[in-house]
Amino acid sequence: MTLFTQRLRFIPWLPVYVAVYFLFLYLPILLLPVFSFNNAATTTFPLAGFTTKWYGTLAGNSVMMEAAWNSLIVGISVSLLSTILGICAARAITRYRFRGQRAATGFIMAPLFLPEIIVAVSLLMIVLAMGVELSLFTVILGQTVFCVPYAMSVLVSGFEGFDRSLEEASYDLGETAIGTFRRVTLPVVAPAIVSSLLVTFTISLDEFILAFFLSGTEPTLPVYIWGQLRFAAKLPGVLALGTIMLVASILMLTLAEILRRRTERRTQMAHMLP
Amino acid sequence: MSDRAMIQIEKVSKFYGIYMALDDVSLSIGEGEFFSLLGPSGCGKTTLLRSIAGFETPTAGEIYIDGVPSLALPPNKRPTNMVFQSYAIFPHLDVAENVAYGLKRLKLSPEEEKKRVGDALDMVRLSGLGQRKAHELSGGQRQRVALARALVMRPKVLLLDEPLSALDKKLREEMQVELRTLQKAVGITFILVTHDQYEALALSDRIAVMFGGRIAQIASPKEIYQRPRTRKVADFLGGMNFLNAKVLGEQANAVSVDAARFGAVNLVKPQGFAAASGHVTVGIRPERLRLLWDDDRAPHELTGRIENRAYFGEVTHLTVGIDGLEQPLSMVETNNFGADDLPVGAEIRLAYDPDAFVLLAEDPPVSRV
Repeated sequence: MTLFTQRLRFIPWLPVYVAVYFLFLYLPILLLPVFSFNNAATTTFPLAGFTTKWYGTLAGNSVMMEAAWNSLIVGISVSLLSTILGICAARAITRYRFRGQRAATGFIMAPLFLPEIIVAVSLLMIVLAMGVELSLFTVILGQTVFCVPYAMSVLVSGFEGFDRSLEEASYDLGETAIGTFRRVTLPVVAPAIVSSLLVTFTISLDEFILAFFLSGTEPTLPVYIWGQLRFAAKLPGVLALGTIMLVASILMLTLAEILRRRTERRTQMAHMLP
Repeated sequence: MSDRAMIQIEKVSKFYGIYMALDDVSLSIGEGEFFSLLGPSGCGKTTLLRSIAGFETPTAGEIYIDGVPSLALPPNKRPTNMVFQSYAIFPHLDVAENVAYGLKRLKLSPEEEKKRVGDALDMVRLSGLGQRKAHELSGGQRQRVALARALVMRPKVLLLDEPLSALDKKLREEMQVELRTLQKAVGITFILVTHDQYEALALSDRIAVMFGGRIAQIASPKEIYQRPRTRKVADFLGGMNFLNAKVLGEQANAVSVDAARFGAVNLVKPQGFAAASGHVTVGIRPERLRLLWDDDRAPHELTGRIENRAYFGEVTHLTVGIDGLEQPLSMVETNNFGADDLPVGAEIRLAYDPDAFVLLAEDPPVSRV
């Protein structure tokens, strides 16, 4: 073994790899906020000084505000719908054993793995064939199909450990079925439900392909951003908007994960053996 | 404990599809009695307990709780409360809130509710831990919370589903003593489901041994251990040496048999005894065989050879081969005299008491469909 190869062995390859990997993954995203505070219309170095004026222009942009409002409506509707459907599916899958259970789970999860553009095109064809006007409503339907698997994953992990004897204990102590749902079932799994709402809202917020195909004349934020990219002068504003969406998404997903872990702890603790 | 029946189970059967979980079970449990349902897993003991609680609905029969036919009542309308195997402590509530859970529906005054919760926590020795969250409790403490939460409702019957099975051995033995003391203190009927024969023997006033959805025998711990009715009951309750014996004669209350090398033995005749083929199974517990040392003499002796030896700390289990017996005998000997030092292959003498033999009936064939 030569001295050279001996030296090579002392380079910590694994940490180096991890560092490069993370740099590649996050550097471009970090540039977004940096340029959004840059006092220049172009995204080039060196930076031209600090400004918040791009954020100021957003507030006065009525078309952008309209798109943001659309995204909010879509996001809230999609998160509510997909979480409600997800609750039903997750409850059925974690609570009962039935014929075709694996197949049902597979079909619910499938949209995760289907090419989104194919899903979008086929939904568009059906919507048009049915003579339904493209609107926020069609975006909501499309994104719900797409979000149910995410909702279900989060909810299943929350429901999985739910000990059935908790509900039985409640009946046994004199509580009714509705009272049991209100006083035991709901509080125990509530964090998972909130977590699912946050995750699906976040996904809906930055979902582009379905929104692009199905939104008609009412753009959501990602569709609006896509439209703005043609104008170089609008780029800093888009960066500012992107930064806000990025921060909002990170906050919501972090909160969702904290809540998901809390339910997991709760439900697993309930029947943990000493 | 009075003679009044608190629970009466009449001809209860339960089918899951064509699988028979309970097969025509009838029994009566007295007020203030500590009653155990003992049997291997799948014998129907938990199904029976859950039928009393209202979580299972028997296919046929009726269950009377304090004289009231109860099968039509849902669990929340029955005067029974249950301690679950997993304890089922509500994870989002603290200890005091867990205990107060059922009281909330009774609309007590805040002082009254607080007093009852406090009393219940005192009773299970958890005073001062009311603010603890469930995940801050040890296994033994969770068990106590489950007990307090059920007892605070002042049920007529407390149902316990393998409540000690999740605890380690030492804690389990402590809790057994506590459970027994608690039951004496509150004086209500306890029904315990367990697969641990020592637990059943130590705690119960009476035990029902179950196999294959049926009750094999109901008796006091002492009787069920010393006078098991069938071979399976005898086997489940502890070690037993089984011998095939030839019937020599039958009297009104006794049967005399030829128990191979043990000679002619007189046995108490069980009710409804009938030796079909002139042969019966008799049994003797390992601890009823005694090792003889040096000059010890006994009226009934056998000689044999140690085939196997297992050291258990306070006792040694010996397997002793006897000429003329098909199966070697199991013996349990305290280690006070050096039984743990006997080498395998050693020639020994053992003493037995012919009165220690029991006559065992054949078990009915098990059919669950």
